[in-house]
Amino acid sequence: MAGLDKRVATYEQALEGLTDDMTVLAGGFGLCGIPENLIAEIKRRGVTGLTVVSNNCGVDGFGLGVLLEDRQIRKMIASYVGENAEFERQLLSGELEVELTPQGTLAEKMRAGGAGIPAFYTATGYGTPVAEGKEVRQFNGRHYILEEAITGDFAIVKGWKADHYGNVVYRNTAQNFNPLAATAGRITVVEVEEIVEPGVLLPSEIHTPGIYVDRVIVGTFEKRIEKRTVKA
Amino acid sequence: MALTREQMAQRVARELKDGYYVNLGIGIPTLVANYVPADMDVMLQSENGLLGMGEFPTEGQLDADMINAGKQTVTARRGASIFNSAESFAMIRGGHVDLTVLGAFEVDVEGNIASWMIPGKLVKGMGGAMDLVAGAENIIVTMTHASKDGESKLLPRCSLPLTGAGCIRKVLTDLAYLEIDNGAFILKETAPGVSVEEIIEKTAGKLIVADDVKEMTF
Repeated sequence: MAGLDKRVATYEQALEGLTDDMTVLAGGFGLCGIPENLIAEIKRRGVTGLTVVSNNCGVDGFGLGVLLEDRQIRKMIASYVGENAEFERQLLSGELEVELTPQGTLAEKMRAGGAGIPAFYTATGYGTPVAEGKEVRQFNGRHYILEEAITGDFAIVKGWKADHYGNVVYRNTAQNFNPLAATAGRITVVEVEEIVEPGVLLPSEIHTPGIYVDRVIVGTFEKRIEKRTVKA
Repeated sequence: MALTREQMAQRVARELKDGYYVNLGIGIPTLVANYVPADMDVMLQSENGLLGMGEFPTEGQLDADMINAGKQTVTARRGASIFNSAESFAMIRGGHVDLTVLGAFEVDVEGNIASWMIPGKLVKGMGGAMDLVAGAENIIVTMTHASKDGESKLLPRCSLPLTGAGCIRKVLTDLAYLEIDNGAFILKETAPGVSVEEIIEKTAGKLIVADDVKEMTF
């Protein structure tokens, strides 16, 4: 099975080939289900000029926020940002470009990118600043705007468990954008909490089939909680 | 008296029906979950990929992998399901959610809503709001009737960049419950002790007082 064995031993190998000015798709919602060690490896490699596509951009000192420290991100495509002071500073100073995209449109752009669909019509954003410069068409009397798919040079994904074949399952709401990013990367790298023997994961329960996955690595995770709320 | 946040949530909860799938936005809409009648089964959708959001966890249940769209730690209730973000917005955009409740800065007589961007101030993003207003048939906007400076938020035309065009039919403010129809706000209910005159005065957009306008009771 060597040809289908997606396991790599080091984070350096996991992101081999990542260079300046590439587009990186990242899974995660807030700090939930983020590929924290792959982000750390991007920081270590020092690549710059990146376009990063992710729902959010982390916080100061954690998540994608760490890539702002050395100004590695040139452009951010996200639905909600600004949970970090450094992001705000770079945005206001013009060092960082931001393309705000509705959350469902962002998810669908990745899904479409991975599915070979170059663009799709959606009612989301019609009549708003998001529609500016985009083609509008009517279907059944309703207005829709044309949104283009997104693909990346790399996708960085956080899974729960994977097997040697790169089949992945996610845990709870740490799923979020991860399976979508996984489909749309030219090279898709998944880091997981556990690599299990082939056959352990039930075929009918796989979230991301191994065909989308190029590299799998096992890591340890801090899993920082952004808003800790407990029952009174 | 203007409604409290809790009373607003209570009033919105009267729109719930047994068997509804409901998406609640951040702020007052979140409080609606506290007023679901005990004899009703209502499933809450959280757009980060959870259908069947439960209560906040105990210390022992706390799980970094289980959050809601407001990034708070939550639990999943019995009968819940979890899925990816594209699936989540397929439910929303596809019109499968029965009721959506969200806040706004402004609403106008054409059913336009502005809720995400104030020019000149830092824009953090629309998150899922544009998808929610575009996808839902049944939306209730909750907001204060006027700004802190006394400026009406119910306008002839939204002044801020829109979140969605022509998609709002129901508005609950701290002073009134109104519906939007035919280019006007229709005043259906007043908050206890708030006069129709006060609501007329604080509504900048065209306002029609319904024949059967009534006072809310709590």
